[in-house]
Amino acid sequence: MLRVFLVAMSLFYISPIYWMLVTALKSDQELSQFPPTLLPQAAVWNNFDDATKAFPFLAYFGNTVFYAALVMLGSVLSNFVIAYGFSRIKWPGRDLLFYPVIASIFIFIQFPVNPITMVPMFALFAKLGMVNSYLPLVVPTFFGNPFFIFLLRQFMLQIPTDISEAARIDGANEFQIMTRLILPLAKPALVVVALFAGVGAWNDFLGPLIYLHDDKLYTLSLGLTFFKTMHGIQFNLLMAASCLVVLPVVAVFLLFQRFFTDGIALGGGK
Amino acid sequence: MLGLLFISPWIVGFFLFLVYPVFSNFHLGMTDYSGFGEPAWIGFKNYQELFHDSLFWTSIYNTFYYVILAVPLGVVVAIALALAMNQKVREARVYRALLYIPSIAPAFALSMMLIWILNPRYGLFNFLLGFLHIPAIDWLGDRRFSKLAIVLVAQFGAGQIALIFLAALKAIPSHLYDAASLDGAGYLRKFWYVTLPLLTPTILYDVIIGVGLGLQVFVPAYIMTDGGPLNSTLFAALYIYKNAFEYGRVGFAAAVSGLLFLINATVAVITFWSSKYWVNYNID
Repeated sequence: MLRVFLVAMSLFYISPIYWMLVTALKSDQELSQFPPTLLPQAAVWNNFDDATKAFPFLAYFGNTVFYAALVMLGSVLSNFVIAYGFSRIKWPGRDLLFYPVIASIFIFIQFPVNPITMVPMFALFAKLGMVNSYLPLVVPTFFGNPFFIFLLRQFMLQIPTDISEAARIDGANEFQIMTRLILPLAKPALVVVALFAGVGAWNDFLGPLIYLHDDKLYTLSLGLTFFKTMHGIQFNLLMAASCLVVLPVVAVFLLFQRFFTDGIALGGGK
Repeated sequence: MLGLLFISPWIVGFFLFLVYPVFSNFHLGMTDYSGFGEPAWIGFKNYQELFHDSLFWTSIYNTFYYVILAVPLGVVVAIALALAMNQKVREARVYRALLYIPSIAPAFALSMMLIWILNPRYGLFNFLLGFLHIPAIDWLGDRRFSKLAIVLVAQFGAGQIALIFLAALKAIPSHLYDAASLDGAGYLRKFWYVTLPLLTPTILYDVIIGVGLGLQVFVPAYIMTDGGPLNSTLFAALYIYKNAFEYGRVGFAAAVSGLLFLINATVAVITFWSSKYWVNYNID
């Protein structure tokens, strides 16, 4: 009985993604059948081919990988150093200054681009001549993200302070302790940050929508919307394209499942 | 002050990407600015205008409607998912993965999928509801259902927060359940008197994050309905976006953003303040 319930719940939750795949494989005629067929009668794999030819899929794929890679780099670098300062060094006011970090998480979990700050930030980046480039999306990630700072701080606080003390007595400076001693120990948490940051960039819609105007710069999220306005009625092609956007995220999740699940548990811890 | 040096990127980021835009909203909100040229100072005119703007009130109403439904429902769904993930069966990992995956799939792609699933004529959802003898509903095309549809769709993203609940569930010491069993408590009473009180810190976290995300909900409405039908899904974030980036009313949009920030901050503070009445921090 319990299993029936668990299976039903899981199937329901995965149904949009299952349906995406099934719809992607249907022919135009089968698409307009009612009741809908739960499995494609004859899988039209060509839909994937047609979908990727209907818009510059590969170019947008490349743009999105480029965007995600830069965001991962910025996030790992900046948040590691910042969280180190919030956890591995004792200094007056440290814990007081951490309150604004927590407060920022609560209102600005979507960081850096969110509906509250987007208008002035756009005006600022426009003045700096940075609109229509990746700079407004990438540069902020090199200045820390409150959620990632929190996550890494939680992790690094669990590393015993003795090892840093011992290294200090041996004459190591803070930078050496950070890079040689703590960096290897913090690796699992840094992988979590890299994964969340990468998936976040891959899934980002609002940021590219506001800042990327030239269609050569489009990410997949914008490309897909563009595709929808052009070929909106052909849902099988739209879903084929969507599958190709969702698939990498699912693959990354399956490969790094542990990091995702443990990482979130860490983020929620108190 | 070595520590300050390490956190200095964040200090810059905090002021540049959060404090500056929050204050700039109030400053820009007092100007007439199209995005080109220089903003012209007009005092409180934007605020006067928006108080008489029925679309502004519609967007606020829609946003509150969304938050009031989506946040409590989100807590219930996330706890239900966490309980499912926590069952001691061999294939628990599989359930956990399947329940979690929709929450990391891109929202824009899921939204497009759901346009098709919710299609009144060919959609899977109405087909399934047909078995319960529920007549076909035009979920996204009927103003009576459009907001509700977006609230329900958002529940596919509950897996993320469910994992936090799962961690909280696993942290509950088993001796508490044993003691409750000795007192003759059944499953429901154990949930109500042991599990739920110990989940309250996580519920607080979920509510605050959920309110923030809910007040700023944008992507599903932008993709699925573009604010329609008849502005029934015109949420505050979409209204800000359209004013700033489609109508060239940047000053007006900034005024709305400023108000949205004040609303968000006020609700967050009230939620925190209320927590001393209902959040339980003692494990034993």
